[in-house]
Amino acid sequence: MPTGAEQPLLRLRGVGRDFDVSRPWLNRALEGSSPLLLRAVDEVSFDVRRGETLGIVGESGCGKSTVARLIVGLYAPSRGAVEFDGLELTDRVHTAEVRKARQRMQMIFQDPYASLNPRWRVRRIVAEPIRALGLAASRDEERSRVHELLSQVGLSPEDSEKFPHEFSGGQRQRISIARALSGNPEFLVCDEPTSALDVSVQAQILNLMTDLQQRFGLTYLFISHNLAVVSHVADRVGVMYLGRLVEIADAAELFARPRHPYTRMLLDAVPDLDMTGRSRTPVAGEVPNPLAPPPGCAFHPRCPHADARCAAERPPLASAGRALVACHAVAEGRLAL
Amino acid sequence: MSAPLLEVRDLRVEFPTRHGTLVAVDRVSFSIEPGEVLGVVGESGAGKSLTGMAIIGLLEPPGRIAGGEIRLEGARIDHLPPEQMRRIRGRRIGAIFQDPLTSLNPLYRIGDQLVETILTHLDLDRPAARRRALALLDDVGIPAPEARFDHYPHQFSGGMRQRVVIALALAADPRLVIADEPTTALDVSIQAQIISLLKRLAREHGSAVMLITHDMGVIAETADRVAVMYAGRVAEVGPVREVIHAPRHPYTAGLMESIPRITAGVGKRQRRLAQIDGSMPRLNAIPRGCAFNPRCPRRFERCLAERPEPVPVDAHHVACWLYADRR
Repeated sequence: MPTGAEQPLLRLRGVGRDFDVSRPWLNRALEGSSPLLLRAVDEVSFDVRRGETLGIVGESGCGKSTVARLIVGLYAPSRGAVEFDGLELTDRVHTAEVRKARQRMQMIFQDPYASLNPRWRVRRIVAEPIRALGLAASRDEERSRVHELLSQVGLSPEDSEKFPHEFSGGQRQRISIARALSGNPEFLVCDEPTSALDVSVQAQILNLMTDLQQRFGLTYLFISHNLAVVSHVADRVGVMYLGRLVEIADAAELFARPRHPYTRMLLDAVPDLDMTGRSRTPVAGEVPNPLAPPPGCAFHPRCPHADARCAAERPPLASAGRALVACHAVAEGRLAL
Repeated sequence: MSAPLLEVRDLRVEFPTRHGTLVAVDRVSFSIEPGEVLGVVGESGAGKSLTGMAIIGLLEPPGRIAGGEIRLEGARIDHLPPEQMRRIRGRRIGAIFQDPLTSLNPLYRIGDQLVETILTHLDLDRPAARRRALALLDDVGIPAPEARFDHYPHQFSGGMRQRVVIALALAADPRLVIADEPTTALDVSIQAQIISLLKRLAREHGSAVMLITHDMGVIAETADRVAVMYAGRVAEVGPVREVIHAPRHPYTAGLMESIPRITAGVGKRQRRLAQIDGSMPRLNAIPRGCAFNPRCPRRFERCLAERPEPVPVDAHHVACWLYADRR
């Protein structure tokens, strides 16, 4: 996947994460039920190159938010490794080196109502990473840095004395972005950053994020269920289904020539402003229960191109043209582009 | 011209508070013809859901209808006694809400909930009601309805629950269905299934639909006409294709521009999204004149002082002073 000699900023190698969703021990003993493992993410590998935006799309339950949390260290992976700038972050020991690397990444969450402490003034919220990382020598320096950050995200320095409830959803997301930037990160993991916002405000935030990326040379991992949003911000796009990456390609390539049947289905299902009055055949079926994923390719029960092999054998991510695709039909050339 | 199925004229919804009265819906007028799908679109706080709630008589107190009238097939239904309104709901107006769990009782089997609704509104005996319930479940695409009849809501997935809610809403063949964000809680692939289901059923049952959503894409695929709401007022009403491709109100134009679209083959973000600066005013701070004026790129003096009334512009009705001289 890497092009040229440059080392990617972030690399995931065969990352997986299981959650134990068994009944409590006593119930298991009395009722004889067996332990249950939910495989939320499995064998996910990708690189994020310096300065780019990698978009990850998928429907709810596909594991995209779990991937975000694995990267920033909110979850530990059950399998595989997360490397940041060549350093493996998944060591159990939190060495000084790992801690330093973690300081170079920050996260922006979906819900700007839940992710800001309602009892803190904006200045304290934005200054928290500055204090935690010891980035300011004095209170004065801290204050001027907070004011600078607020201006950078389109708020005014006077806003630093207010509380979160005094702001609209879009303004709160600006505060979240200011907080994320206050630790001088290189890499931002954005988990559905505009999904809770109205469209006109969403456009403001997406434009702001693009401006900040260009200005500070930031690298983004941008997670969203909204394909149109991802097509606007991403350089490359990965598509997830039931815990696995099924396709990854340059954004222009993916949206022009989607290869995996699931990607095609997703693109076809997006309501389109130019579709007025037209009707189409929606895809049948629903995402299967992740506790009992289908054998073989997880998408085969809904796939119009599935055959016996798809039901039995899990397809690996393999290169197909200018994309990486996990699909037997694509690999065998059964699927015309 | 025959009378419209639903006519809303100068509707006003107020919320009295300690700090004065908030006007959440302000002189809203529109009509829905029999069998028509009217989309109502707007951002959060635009008053679109409250308008729907006012029509079906489910405004949460202290919210109240403070002015205007609502007519269903010519007869006024605002300010009906609760008992009468209850008979209209379900029988003549069906409702679908965003979260299917708010419409379903978690303690009853879905078959029993359907049968009860049918018995309440239609003159059928129990076996006939059961047959109708099964036919409805089949109609909305629930596989093996006989087996699913005795299941509880929690045994269904989100998409399947919304299908059950649609079956409930259509149980008595209402003339009008009010669907408030029916697909917002669902994934895109399921959303497409529900939209096409809603469209097909409305056509087959001859029901008109008032489709309330913030998602212009859903409106584009479903509605015949669309009303765009802003700060409790209707900014523009017109045929859906016209409103999307040739919006007249500056707010509608800005809204359309700010929606990200998938443009295949085009390299990324260099296409900046158009944005409307600022945000919708709070209900206690709606500006004088046109409510959109502080964010409007085309405002002039009159917009600051006088509130524009909707005027016909081609096939649209637009509340904007830019079109005042066309009256």
